[in-house]
Amino acid sequence: MATVRKVQPWRLVGLASLRAVSTSSTDTFPKHVKIVEVGPRDGLQNEKNIIPTPVKVKLINMLSEAGLPVIEATSFVSPKWVPQMADHTEVLKGIQKFPGISYPVLTPNMKGFKAAVAAGAKEVSVFGAASELFTRKNINCSIEESLQQFEVVLKEAQAASISVRGYVSCVLGCPYEGKISPAKVAEVSKKLYSMGCYEISLGDTIGVGTPGIMKDMLSAVMQEVPLSALAVHCHDTYGQALANTLVALQMGVSVVDSSVAGLGGCPYAQGASGNVATEDLVYMLTGLGIHTGVNLQKLMEAGNFICQALNRKTSSKVAQASCKL
Amino acid sequence: MGNVPSAVKHCLSYQQLLREHLWIGDSVAGALEPAQESSRLSGLPEYVKIVEVGPRDGLQNEKIIVPTDIKIEFINQLSQTGLSVIEVTSFVSSRWVPQMADHTEVMKGIHQYPGIRYPVLTPNLQGFHRAVAAGATEISVFGAASESFSKKNINCSIEESMGKFEEVIKSARHMNIPARGYVSCALGCPYEGSVTPQKVTEVSKRLYGMGCYEISLGDTIGVGTPGSMKRMLESVMKEIPPGAIAVHCHDTYGQALANILTALQMGINVVDSAVSGLGGCPYAKGASGNVATEDLLYMLNGLGLNTGVNLYKVMEAGDFICKAVNKTTNSKVAQASFSA
Repeated sequence: MATVRKVQPWRLVGLASLRAVSTSSTDTFPKHVKIVEVGPRDGLQNEKNIIPTPVKVKLINMLSEAGLPVIEATSFVSPKWVPQMADHTEVLKGIQKFPGISYPVLTPNMKGFKAAVAAGAKEVSVFGAASELFTRKNINCSIEESLQQFEVVLKEAQAASISVRGYVSCVLGCPYEGKISPAKVAEVSKKLYSMGCYEISLGDTIGVGTPGIMKDMLSAVMQEVPLSALAVHCHDTYGQALANTLVALQMGVSVVDSSVAGLGGCPYAQGASGNVATEDLVYMLTGLGIHTGVNLQKLMEAGNFICQALNRKTSSKVAQASCKL
Repeated sequence: MGNVPSAVKHCLSYQQLLREHLWIGDSVAGALEPAQESSRLSGLPEYVKIVEVGPRDGLQNEKIIVPTDIKIEFINQLSQTGLSVIEVTSFVSSRWVPQMADHTEVMKGIHQYPGIRYPVLTPNLQGFHRAVAAGATEISVFGAASESFSKKNINCSIEESMGKFEEVIKSARHMNIPARGYVSCALGCPYEGSVTPQKVTEVSKRLYGMGCYEISLGDTIGVGTPGSMKRMLESVMKEIPPGAIAVHCHDTYGQALANILTALQMGINVVDSAVSGLGGCPYAKGASGNVATEDLLYMLNGLGLNTGVNLYKVMEAGDFICKAVNKTTNSKVAQASFSA
């Protein structure tokens, strides 16, 4: 196990005193936020170095120990498209499944779904987009066609009592279309929800969103999908993720996706960062007095572990500040 | 994302989206058309004044000593971006802050554009007189909301430091020189841990009462979060009008923009930042420091708030200084916008 660099005492004082002063404020923040950890999938998928299966398994086990309630384990997609996820079956079979923790996997189509179920998946995710061009470039079909494919998967999933989470990409902007209308996001979200997805994760795929745009988008979606079924998935490509997440929380959203160590770059902006770091998110939520059930110290250990394995620096500012050079 | 397509480096619509967000308009500094549809959050100020502290707070925390002519060029470039306040240097003993040893040369060497203010730090009367002799027309004094920090930083208690500042501010007022007051450790102290909002209010009130026209509340070690920011501001705003308050957030724990957004939502409309997020943290090795002006601007632009600042020109100045200090930018906007 990677040695954990000693945290300076004053840092612990800082964190401890934060816990002490974080009484619930008069803001309408949710009391509890469920963090959906996407590092092993969305994070690793966007990392150049192929990670060996045992390392992936260990990462997921460490994340389970950190108390994350949902950990997206892998993606049942063709290795031709996503070589990093070629070992999806071995990973899903190899991880320790802690009671009370969900381990959803991505299933872009029926083939992937069947393989996932055979490998023991109890929860799957499907990936839609609010942009026609993005859908075309990403999965070679229109939004409507993609939804039809998902409907097939959802029907099978329902029959097998498997929960399905729906993702909507490009909710605050698209690398091909530019601006995306909130109405379009609401339309795609509504369709996924009515097909049977228990939760819709709204993704700012290229991280271009800012708090006002987040608010407009959520206002539109909340008219079609209940608040409790909504999640936000913010990328930090332009440093806006936590501010955008804050606004979502202020509007009552209580599920947030993030990636340990901020794993995963951005395929649309070379050199840029990607997912928001789970450590930085947990830090903010703890400071707000919002319960997450996550042990930040153990989470940082997992982040430290995977960064060493990837031979890269963490993208988490909390982790950066807590480690001695 | 689902399946990942191959990297798209130059996507026409993407460029357009960025253009709208980055407000890459015409080349006249500050004269930009706001984006067609900007999304406003209700209750936010219409205009936000950005106080650029890169040349002082930023460089002060950089290891490499930057040559005087580079500092001057840097500040001159910043003057062309539309920024209305640029903190130039610090008239402090070179023994304590070697980076600022050339304070007089920098102050005399920069081009002072009309309409732009160039405050300098003056920790005591000696520094103040030197600053004035060098042509300073605005000064800043630095208090703290923590006794331990005050003792370690400037070797005296808060009370003693107030005595010194009072001398400086009196002299400044006598010469019609505006004085800005800083309060460090507003959301936490590296030595004491938590800092009460009441203490921050007490120190702020003293500085304001002495005649500081603005009080910049600094989250010196970046430990604050939106909850603690809100509680602190609620307390300070009982004694000081919101129009006289600024926030100075460090991004050491990635919380700066969320904290700034909270301050804006409470009616604060002056924000300090440093181009490229210059300046590390002397209390957390390897950690980042100031919030990056580019990332702040990106958020303010997206919110439809007026700043008068051209983000693209700020990025150019950031690129210049990063090359000069041989480091990669801490600004995510700059990282994403300049091809690797």
